[in-house]
Amino acid sequence: MADDTLLAARGLSRRFGAVQALDNVDAELWPGEVLAIVGESGSGKTTLLDVLSGRLRPDRGVAWYRDPAGALHDVHAMPEPMLRALHRSDWGFVRQNPRDALRLGVTAGGNVGERLMAQGARHYGRIRDTAQDWLERVEIDASRMDDLPRTFSGGMLQRLQIARTLVTHPRLVFMDEPTGGLDVSVQARLLDLIRTLVANLHIAVVLVTHDLSVARLLAHRIMVMQRGCVVESGLTDQVLDDPHHPYTQLLVSSVLQA
Amino acid sequence: MTHGYNFAYLDEQTKRMIRRALLKAVAIPGHQIPFGGREMPLPYGWGTGGIQLTAAVLGASDVLKVIDQGADDTTNAVSIRRFFARTAGVATTTVTTQATVIQTRHRIPETPLRDGQIMVYQVPLPEPLAKLEPSRAEAARMHALAEYGLMQVKLYEDVTRYGHVSISYDYPVLANHRYLMSPSPIPAFDNPKLHMSPALQLFGAGREKRLYALPPWTEVRSLDFDDHPFRATRAPQVCGLCGAADSYLDEVVIDDRGSRLFVCSDTDYCAGRQEAGHGG
Repeated sequence: MADDTLLAARGLSRRFGAVQALDNVDAELWPGEVLAIVGESGSGKTTLLDVLSGRLRPDRGVAWYRDPAGALHDVHAMPEPMLRALHRSDWGFVRQNPRDALRLGVTAGGNVGERLMAQGARHYGRIRDTAQDWLERVEIDASRMDDLPRTFSGGMLQRLQIARTLVTHPRLVFMDEPTGGLDVSVQARLLDLIRTLVANLHIAVVLVTHDLSVARLLAHRIMVMQRGCVVESGLTDQVLDDPHHPYTQLLVSSVLQA
Repeated sequence: MTHGYNFAYLDEQTKRMIRRALLKAVAIPGHQIPFGGREMPLPYGWGTGGIQLTAAVLGASDVLKVIDQGADDTTNAVSIRRFFARTAGVATTTVTTQATVIQTRHRIPETPLRDGQIMVYQVPLPEPLAKLEPSRAEAARMHALAEYGLMQVKLYEDVTRYGHVSISYDYPVLANHRYLMSPSPIPAFDNPKLHMSPALQLFGAGREKRLYALPPWTEVRSLDFDDHPFRATRAPQVCGLCGAADSYLDEVVIDDRGSRLFVCSDTDYCAGRQEAGHGG
């Protein structure tokens, strides 16, 4: 892999029984880059995300991550304490359903502060100031800081999850359908927010989505998957405006009229 | 002297098994060690864990004191003390300074412990993360990796909602800078006495079949925030019988018109002060 690659994968394969969920997938990600993985349901997008983030072990292949000091780590050979430490500091994971990631019995401020406290922050006032700052950045009113997430709307929950993830300034964030399940106007606002934050903070993102318009809005590069294989990849505009593979042509023609 | 019982009720193999677990526990302060808990002739929740540990460490020359909520004269304390007097024939006492082994529920004596004494705590819930993390496997992993951020989140929530940490008993501590530990349901007021205690402190949970320990002179820190430091709290009154202003007090309703009396929960400490001429 090149000297400045943040994340690189070679020959990732993973099988679930008779289903080949990933078939010899290569991928690269540079710092500050947004990579979209698109494809229909069951094409292996989420499996790829789980394998890249070390949550799932591949049958074959290897994934490398470069830490801030420049050292390379095999994601699946890392000791568990190190991988877990990575997941709560340098990495982030945004799930489709914020209720899976948030603690619903803990106030919004506590949810944002959790990663700080997991890293050893022990000053209540400073944790609270940081949490408030982040809630404002994701456009949640500071007066809602001590409310429980169960009183929040779907869009607010997703923004809260993003604040909770970004509070430790991760360099790499995995997102699994971050706008899925939200209505269109809320989606637009959320996408705009993600785009601004990611650009300002220079965060690299691996974004899984089935929605080509989300990919077009956020991603620099795109990978199209079908039945576990990457059928086409390249710059987002290039792939979406001039699709070469028949499957990509089908995908593009099925949505872009809108 | 033991009339049909092995010394201290439990058979020797069981006592050896418990002692082996205790050695492990002493080697890793605050780390929970599973042990093969036995059925004891009293119900779970009445001190089956503590009584097994006491049986395992008791010797013929020991002097035993048993307290329940600080008192030597409550049902549980009386029956456990009598149990060991009958099955082990050991001397018993209510005087803290004379005891070599002290089995306790809910309190640490006010009189400072000394080198050579053994405290045995009865523990209902040994896992401090139990209320926060439902999976025991996950809780074990959190202990293994020293991931205690979640406990801190609980404290954060308390400060946010009440302005202070609202845990008044079983206040979580960090043993020897490493393991998060439940101090058993002693009041938070007693937490500072765990720190750098000259006595050996053993904790036994009978229902959960776990034990853990603090060797003498172990650092024990109550969790807190830098800007909201741990504070030991007590009722602001003085003891109505001995006038003590520094002991932990029980509030006792004394008639049907709502009159109340605050008295030391540690009966030995209170009686000692009364004998020395202090009055309420």
